[in-house]
Amino acid sequence: MSARVLPFAVALAAMAMVPLVASSPFYVNLTSQVAIAAIGALGLNVLVGHAGLNSLGYAVFPGLAAYLVAWLSTVGGFDAVSAGLLALGGTLAVSGVFALVALRTTGLGFVMITMALCQIVWGAAYRWTSVTGGDNGLSGVPRPGASVLPLERPEVFLWLCLCVLGLALLQLGRFFDSPLGVALRGTRDQPRRMSALGYDVWRIRFVAWMLAAGWGAAAGLLYAWYHQFVSPHMMAVTASAEVLLMVVAGGAGTLAGPLIGAALVVLLKNLASIWIERWVMLLGFTFVVIVLVMPDGIVPGFHRLRAALARLKPSAAPALVPRERADG
Amino acid sequence: MTFWVSQSLNALALGGLLFMLASGFSLIFGLMRVANLAHGALFMLGAYLGLAVVKAGYGFWTAALAAAVAVGLLGGVMERTLLRRLGGRTLPQVLMTLGLAFIIADACLMMWGGDPMRLPPPPELSGAVRIGDAVFPRYRLFVIGASAAVALGLWLLVERTRAGAMIRAAVDDVGMARAVGISASTLFTAVFCLGTALAGLGGVIGGPILSVYPSLDQDMLPLALLVVILGGAGSLLGAFVGAYAIGFIYTFGQVLVPDLAYVILFLPMIAVLSVAPQGLFGRRLG
Repeated sequence: MSARVLPFAVALAAMAMVPLVASSPFYVNLTSQVAIAAIGALGLNVLVGHAGLNSLGYAVFPGLAAYLVAWLSTVGGFDAVSAGLLALGGTLAVSGVFALVALRTTGLGFVMITMALCQIVWGAAYRWTSVTGGDNGLSGVPRPGASVLPLERPEVFLWLCLCVLGLALLQLGRFFDSPLGVALRGTRDQPRRMSALGYDVWRIRFVAWMLAAGWGAAAGLLYAWYHQFVSPHMMAVTASAEVLLMVVAGGAGTLAGPLIGAALVVLLKNLASIWIERWVMLLGFTFVVIVLVMPDGIVPGFHRLRAALARLKPSAAPALVPRERADG
Repeated sequence: MTFWVSQSLNALALGGLLFMLASGFSLIFGLMRVANLAHGALFMLGAYLGLAVVKAGYGFWTAALAAAVAVGLLGGVMERTLLRRLGGRTLPQVLMTLGLAFIIADACLMMWGGDPMRLPPPPELSGAVRIGDAVFPRYRLFVIGASAAVALGLWLLVERTRAGAMIRAAVDDVGMARAVGISASTLFTAVFCLGTALAGLGGVIGGPILSVYPSLDQDMLPLALLVVILGGAGSLLGAFVGAYAIGFIYTFGQVLVPDLAYVILFLPMIAVLSVAPQGLFGRRLG
C-alpha cells in the first residue's frame, strides 16, 4: 500500500513546493490549474475508466457547481462557504435527475445523451441572461474563509486545491480497491453476467455517476473560486472534450493517468496560447494522433514499454539446481 | 392565429433542416455503429463552401451541388482513411470524430473569420408569399418542400431500390450480408458519402435561414443528437418524426420562453427515454 501511495505523495509534495521555488505567481497559478483539472479528470475517470461509460458531457458537473456557487454568493447573498456547500448539494441533486436519463443507455447512446444534457445546461447558461448573465457570465465570486485563511494569496489557494486533490486520490483509490469498485469494473466488462450474479447493475452505475458528479462539482467550486468568474464556455463541448482528453491521454482506468493527463493538457494549452492561437485545432489533432498512435494512454503505454524493454534484456540463465534423482 | 401559422411554418422549415442533418447521421449510425460527431462541423463546412461558391459568382444551385459533393467526398475520405481502422470501439471513435470536428470547425474559423455572414437565397425564391393573413418568406416554403423531397427520396432509396435492400441487409446483419456477396466495404463508404453529402447540402440550404457563423456546428449537432435520441438511431422514420418534433418544440420554445428554449428540449428527452431507452423507432443502441 505504502509503495503505491509514495509516488502520489511525492507528486503532491512537489506541487505544494512550487511556490517556494517559483519566481512568479504565474507558475503557482498554473499548478493550481493542474490540480483543479486533475480533480475533474479523476472524477470522469470513474465513468470512462471504471464504469465503461464514455461521457461527453462531463463539464456539466463542474459547470453546474460553479454557476450555483457564483450565483448564490453574488446575487443570492450567501457567504462563500455555505454557497459552496449548497452548490455541491444542488449539483448532486441535479446530477441524480440526469442519471435517470443518462443511465437508461450505454455505449454510443450514453455518449450522445450526456453530450445533449451538457448542451442543454450550456444553453440555459448562455440564454437565460437575467439569471446567468449570458455570455458575460457572473463575475466577482468571493473566495471563502478570508477571515481564517488568506485564500486570495495564490500559494494558499494552491494548497487548498492540493488538499482537495489529495482527498480525491485517497477516496477514489480506496473506492477502486473496494468490493464496490471491483463490482463496478465487473459491470463495465460483463454487465449481463453481473446482473445474473445478482448485482444491481443500474445501482452500481448510479454510484459511479454520483461519484463522478461529486468530484466534478468539487473541481467546479475550485474553478469558480480560482477564476472568481464563471462563463458558459466552461460547459462548451470543447471543455468536456478537454477533460476526456486528460483521462484518455493519461490512461483511463489508472489512478495516475488522469493526473498526468491533466498536467499535460493544462501545460499544452498554456504553452499553445503563448505561441499559436489555434488551440481548438491543436486539440483536434491531438485527439486524432492519440487514437492512431497511443489508444490506451500514457500510463498503460509506459507499462507496455517497460514490459517490452524487459523482454529485450536477455533474462538470466536459470540457476543450476542439482535435480534430485527419482530413483535416488 | 397568424402567429401560430407563421411559427408553425418556421418550425417545419427548421424540422426539415434537422432532418437533412439527422437522417445522414442516423443512416451512418445504423449501418456502421459510428456516431459521427463531425456531422455538425460538416454541415457548417457545407454552408461556408456554399457561401464561397456564391461569392465567387456562381449561382445558389451550383453552390448547393458543389458543397454537397465536396463535403460528401471529404466524408468518404474520412471513412476510408481514419474511421475504418477503429473497428466498432466506442471511445476511439468518439475521440476521432470529435477531433475531426474540431479541426474542421477551426479551419473554417481560420479561412472565413469569426463574423456571421448571410448566404443570400436564390433570386427566384426571394420575397414573400401571403397565406391568409400571414406573410411568409418564399424561401422557407422552399426549404419545407425540399426537405420533404429529400425525405421521400431517401425513403424510396432505402425501401424501393436494390442498393437500399443491400443497406437494409447490412444494417440487420453485416456478416450475413457479406456472405451473400454484398460488398459491405463499398456500401459503408457509399453511405458515409451520402450521409455527409446530405449534411453539406443541408448547410447550404439552411444558410439563408440560419446564416453562417463559426459556432453553427455546436448549435446544430446537439439538436441532431436530440433528434436521433428521440427518434431512435438507425431509423429514417425516427429521424423524420424526431426532426419535426424538435423543430416544433425548439421554434415555439424560442418564441414563448426564449430564456429556457434549450431547457424545454430536455422534456421530450425524459418522456421518450423513460418509455423507450432506444428511442421511438430505434433498435437497441449498442
